[in-house]
Amino acid sequence: MTAEMILFFIFGAVSLIGAIAVISFRHPIYSALSLIVTFFAQAGLFVLLGAHFVAAVQVIVYAGAIMVLFLFVIMLLNLGTLSAKSALTGKLKGVVVVLGVLLAIQGVYIAMTAGTGTALESAQASTETVTTYKIGELLFSKYLLPFEVTSLILLAALIGVIVLVKRESQTEN
Amino acid sequence: MPLDLEYYLVLSALLFTIGVIGVLIRRNAIIIFMCIELMLNAANLAFVAISRSLGQVEGQLFVFFVMAVAAAEVAIGLAIIVSVFKHRETINVDEVNSLKG
Repeated sequence: MTAEMILFFIFGAVSLIGAIAVISFRHPIYSALSLIVTFFAQAGLFVLLGAHFVAAVQVIVYAGAIMVLFLFVIMLLNLGTLSAKSALTGKLKGVVVVLGVLLAIQGVYIAMTAGTGTALESAQASTETVTTYKIGELLFSKYLLPFEVTSLILLAALIGVIVLVKRESQTEN
Repeated sequence: MPLDLEYYLVLSALLFTIGVIGVLIRRNAIIIFMCIELMLNAANLAFVAISRSLGQVEGQLFVFFVMAVAAAEVAIGLAIIVSVFKHRETINVDEVNSLKG
């Protein structure tokens, strides 16, 4: 067992446990905190994959900004008493079971066909880390248009949120 | 010797499925949103793993785009949840069914 494998299993287990905790806690605050644990474990996985900049952005944007937004809204709405009735309905239970069985079949298939020389496996796995310099170079040359479109998406979100909140305050008057 | 791609893809599939299960079984709109974040993160993990396996930087670039879209989506979605809560006093998605035909 190499060091990478041990770390992978540690981070993978933590992220899976955090993900299961997200969907099983009754109170949204506990779910949000579990989601932060999952995000940190995923940042560790990104470091293992040599994507240091992605890991940093994961912690700053996801565990920092997005989760703070979630916690703000949970505390703003004060939902502690409302979330108690989230039971598993009968129809959806069947869907969940089917999904689980499909995932198990998928896992068994992957485990059985591993090492039989697929196209992805023949590709040379590189151990070198991708530097921030390389990412920035590509982002501002070849992918400049998608980058600018992303800024438009953020602008649209900004305007949308303002409109939603503004309409709310007009109806109150 | 780096770890095989399969491990990361299986973990990504597991995380994605947990997210789908959460969307299906939970009725709290905020937790449904968190499960969507979980699914986006599973996709990000697959992007980065395949990016390393192919030795290309593009996969990591698309992770940034996914993160930007996720941030926009969360901002809009939470604003909608807040305004729905102000009107209906609930965020249980089964009770918010005025649009149902």
